Amino acid sequence: MAEPMGFFTDTSVCIGCKACETACKAWNQLPAKEGGHPPMSGDSYDNTVRLSGEDWRHVKFIEQFSEDRSAGRWLMMSDVCKHCVNAPCLEVCPTGAIIRTEFDTVVIQTDACNGCRLCITACPFGVIDVNPVSKTAEKCTLCYDRLQVGMQPACAQACPTASIQFGPIAQLKATATARLSQLQAQGEKQASLYGADDKMLGGLNSFYLLLDEPGVYGLPVDPKMPTRNLFWGSVSSVAAAVVLGVVGLFGFRERRAVDESDADA
Amino acid sequence: MSLTRREFLQATLAGGGTALGSLIGLGVSLAPAIARAQTLRIANARVTPSVCPYCSVGCATLVHTIGGEIVNIEGDPRSPLSEGTLCPKGAAIYQLHKNPNRATRVLHRAPGAATWKEVDAEWALDRVAALFKKTRDESFVERFADGTVANHTTAIFSLGGAILDNEWNHLQQKLMRGLGVVAIENQARI
Amino acid sequence: MAECHPVAFRWVMKAKLKGAKIIHADPRFTRTTAMADVYAPLRAGSDIAFLGGLIRYVLHDERWKSDSFFQDYLVNYTNASTLVDPGFQDTEDLDGEFSGLMDYTGGKPEWPLNGFIGEYERASWGYQREGTAPGKPASGDTTTAFDALIRGLSQSPVRKDPTLEDPRCVFQIVKRHFDRYTPAMVADVTGCAVDTFVKVAQTVLSNSGRDRTTAWAYAVGWTQHTYGPQMIGCCALLQLLLGNIGRPGGGVIALRGHVSIQGSTDIPTLYDNIHGYMVAPSTLKSHATLRDYLKAEAKPTGAWSDMPKFMVSYLKSMYGDAATAANDFGYGWHPRIAGDHSHLPMFVAMAEGRVKGMICVGQNPATSVNASLERTGLRKLEWLVVKDNFLTETATYWNRAPEIANGSIAPADIATEVFFFPSAQVAETEGSFTNTQRLLQWHFKAAQPPADCRSDLWFTYQLGVRLKRLYAGSTETRDEGFQRLTWNFDPDDPATAVVGEPDPRKLLREINGYHSASPLRHLEAASELRDDGSTTCASWIYCGVFPAPDRNLAARKTPDQKGVTGAHLEWGWAWPANRRVLYNRASADLQGKPWSERKRWVWWDGGKWAGHDVPDFPRHKSPDAPADPRASGTDALSGSSPFTLKADGVGWLFVPEGLVDGPLPTHYEPAESPVRNPLYARQTSPVLKYWKREDNLLAAPGDPRFPHVITTYRLTEHYVGGGMSRWSPWLSALQPELFIEMSPELADAHGIVNTGWVRISTPRGSIRAKALVTRRLRPFRIAGKVVHQVGMPWHWGWEGVVTGDVVNNLTALVGDPNVSIHEAKAFVCNVEKG
Repeated sequence: MAEPMGFFTDTSVCIGCKACETACKAWNQLPAKEGGHPPMSGDSYDNTVRLSGEDWRHVKFIEQFSEDRSAGRWLMMSDVCKHCVNAPCLEVCPTGAIIRTEFDTVVIQTDACNGCRLCITACPFGVIDVNPVSKTAEKCTLCYDRLQVGMQPACAQACPTASIQFGPIAQLKATATARLSQLQAQGEKQASLYGADDKMLGGLNSFYLLLDEPGVYGLPVDPKMPTRNLFWGSVSSVAAAVVLGVVGLFGFRERRAVDESDADA
Repeated sequence: MSLTRREFLQATLAGGGTALGSLIGLGVSLAPAIARAQTLRIANARVTPSVCPYCSVGCATLVHTIGGEIVNIEGDPRSPLSEGTLCPKGAAIYQLHKNPNRATRVLHRAPGAATWKEVDAEWALDRVAALFKKTRDESFVERFADGTVANHTTAIFSLGGAILDNEWNHLQQKLMRGLGVVAIENQARI
Repeated sequence: MAECHPVAFRWVMKAKLKGAKIIHADPRFTRTTAMADVYAPLRAGSDIAFLGGLIRYVLHDERWKSDSFFQDYLVNYTNASTLVDPGFQDTEDLDGEFSGLMDYTGGKPEWPLNGFIGEYERASWGYQREGTAPGKPASGDTTTAFDALIRGLSQSPVRKDPTLEDPRCVFQIVKRHFDRYTPAMVADVTGCAVDTFVKVAQTVLSNSGRDRTTAWAYAVGWTQHTYGPQMIGCCALLQLLLGNIGRPGGGVIALRGHVSIQGSTDIPTLYDNIHGYMVAPSTLKSHATLRDYLKAEAKPTGAWSDMPKFMVSYLKSMYGDAATAANDFGYGWHPRIAGDHSHLPMFVAMAEGRVKGMICVGQNPATSVNASLERTGLRKLEWLVVKDNFLTETATYWNRAPEIANGSIAPADIATEVFFFPSAQVAETEGSFTNTQRLLQWHFKAAQPPADCRSDLWFTYQLGVRLKRLYAGSTETRDEGFQRLTWNFDPDDPATAVVGEPDPRKLLREINGYHSASPLRHLEAASELRDDGSTTCASWIYCGVFPAPDRNLAARKTPDQKGVTGAHLEWGWAWPANRRVLYNRASADLQGKPWSERKRWVWWDGGKWAGHDVPDFPRHKSPDAPADPRASGTDALSGSSPFTLKADGVGWLFVPEGLVDGPLPTHYEPAESPVRNPLYARQTSPVLKYWKREDNLLAAPGDPRFPHVITTYRLTEHYVGGGMSRWSPWLSALQPELFIEMSPELADAHGIVNTGWVRISTPRGSIRAKALVTRRLRPFRIAGKVVHQVGMPWHWGWEGVVTGDVVNNLTALVGDPNVSIHEAKAFVCNVEKG
């Protein structure tokens, strides 16, 4: 295997511009959420709300102000698939559609996905969902196609402030540690790294520098592998996998038909 | 001007820094057991340098075309201004070009009409030229009442320019001033 | 800056990681504030009080008073020591007015739309001069046709006091002017707490000097006020005091809003300028002949003494061979303006029925300032051409505007003939844009535009071709100029061209300039320009961008090597002369040595000026060369006069000419304000522009019906009126709906909840938006009372993937007297649930 590659997202320099969200859509030709007109969420400047099958990058906004504004900050964080070293989605996938690549990243091969949704349930970060156009489970591929020819992932290239950094994991960890020390020296006592060591699912190949507790950013403090039932149900029982797969496919076909009739109307 | 794919990759890599530099050699050490060859959708694209048309920073872009069709637009890592980065608007330039909502026909609305009608571009240009001449001829002032030379019309207004090329701004102001149109404005004041 | 110029903010963040301090002064806590070390919340429109407070703080600072860097820069590179006319009286003397205020009586009866309510007689704002004018030089004064004219403009030398002690010197006047702008007063006017203000002042001071520079960046938050240019001038004054102009990492940086808005100012599709910042010939000035024009506008000293060369070469670009010395180079054919033909008065003129036809290319007035009034204007047109990328609100004002949708006006009642021409997009055309750093960058054509979509050049060129044909047979005198106008930009090789498209390189050649006798011999520098007709050049400041037919320097794409200090001089081309930092002679001391190694940029190497940048100074003029009062042009200036565009070669703290509303910035309230001016009896600028109409009323100061301050702005995710971004589903999903940002304190008082509907009203209009209730906005305490402030992005309209009410239905046609910019950053409103 080649050197593991991934993302280090330094939220302390994220300006919440959403270039990453858009560059991801442009490169991967993903549809806009709800055709481009979801309702305004009212949750600060976030209107795409969560990661999904069509939003593979998502920028979170957290407003923290005291009543008299003597203390106040606006945290921003570009979230993405964590490309876990021990990836629950990969473990539960019954068809082998989810693979670990030569870059140690986790990729769903959509042509092999039967739409069973197990990976969606298994992911402790809520990363994966069904793309309403392709009708298959989708998420960040860490721009697998670009990596193979030596290009950066689209989001990291677009990011104006280098909040999203791409590179060899070992090098990113060194960068992250140095940045953490710098921030702590400047008095950012709450700053911490999330997923940079191997304690969390064997390590996250997309890890973060946070300025507050993980829960503030909607990240699980202690993400776990899926429950044993689900895990064994998917990997040890071929029959179960086939059944689930068929149900999944059937379910999608039905929805696709509905969509098409809508489109004709 | 356009780049070969090789030049483009070199440019990309140069902008990517050491992280990408170390990737160059990976092509020979890929682990075939788990690697699945991906098709880069711009692999055979022609690359043309362009500039983002939104704000005034002037971020450089690269436009990928296949068979004359735009397939991708992204930041140009060579630019010392933007180093390949873009904002969300810049990252969405593709949708300025490839967009089913795009207006692509010359339209005409007759006085009082409630709807548009598609018209021939040549006809529309001839009609605009005729209306322009009529208004100019009816409103041209050679001298004011006090004898001051004016040589102008204030009955025609030219608006726009700040999102357009320098060459257009030159051509438009030349045509307007040449005809005596003095009310020429763009967003630089608004 | 992070909000509207995120990629420029990349460099701010890089600096921050290296230890730079970021200060953000803004009414709202924005994405920029989120990255700032110091946040100074200010009431919208109060920035001159804030900047004035900083100026006062600097003038009282012990380090500033004793540091030789600050004092050398002040005495030698600014007009601090120049004495001002004894008749000058300050706003401190006259409680908010300068000497010379009178009722407005100017203008021509043919154009009564200038909007002035008062004007200044400005003679008393000038410099004091020695008694006698310099004599004519003994010899060598007839090198060019206009040489004697320029020399005849010479004035006697200005009087100076290098000790800065004379009470009439600029320094003492500035000191007195800002003496009441104390931290407490700043807090009272702006709402910014005293300790925050002091922290800003100390941070700016400690980051200015020999080894460090402070840069100020601004956008339309500073310009869109009835005193906008004064706001910028106030910052320039502060930066000159701190020695932060002409040096790397310094400056007053305009973050302009459109891709080539700098280019469209340089190459002005603006009524009041012609190419290269020459004023448009005017019926209101002594501009009857070319010589009259030059006498009125050229300067005897500094770079503007070459104006005859610029002007004659420009006229040659208009009329070609027909422009000769015998006919004043065609000056007589050139149109003259009649007064203010800018955006605001033109829409008043339109609403009055004075305007019959309009060509609108890439702009969207149907959602612009006091948009209801602008649409009233559009309905009065006989014909309208809209050329744009998408169907804008301006293209559909006659069938889809709110007043049509609600039935109050029927399309049948609108007699306008409307044309829509679809435009090619950026990657479907080629040409140059000039960015906010004066950098020209060429974009190449990647694909053909679809269907009827054509370049904007095509439209204007083809319209010109048709009009040329229509006027070809005319024998009217007034058509002579247009008949002589040169109009041939066809590509040399028609086989490679799209039918009817002109060659953009031929246009760039005309902008750059060439030898009149042989157009393929391009000009290489503005120094080659002549005033005898032998050179043709539309824009003297762009001369050099295209020095040879095969050398389009705007198309260069070679950045500097990594790790090498430089200015990327081979990436694009910056005007003038590919110079990246203007007035960069000021980056060196009086002897021509860099002020410090850390801030090395341009220096005297013993025989010439050298550096990382193209030096902005006569190349071989030694730093110790004395001023020559008998010479003209830059020869008259000393070797330590960095500001060569100024006739006196120094930076102006006090502006003796060029501004119509005062030589110094003064705090006035916006045209609409909830409070009385705490500093002066004068509430607002006595010379602001206002066009009074029933559909353009203003709220009186403190009007209880409109108690809140409102400001309008852009978001990262959208662009201006949304005419480009709201058609993109990707961008639309990021910010799908119009909202109003307000504090929980204000929301609670009105029973408004987050995402609930709000009605917003001003004397001009009323709209609805969803509430975004956030503590990023806060109530201010101003002049003893609590003032709430709300903010609205103005990106929406009725066309596009996402739609919303037009925020500019709320704004007013009220503007600044220098440039007629409107005031959309600070006005008043009411909010109600609903």
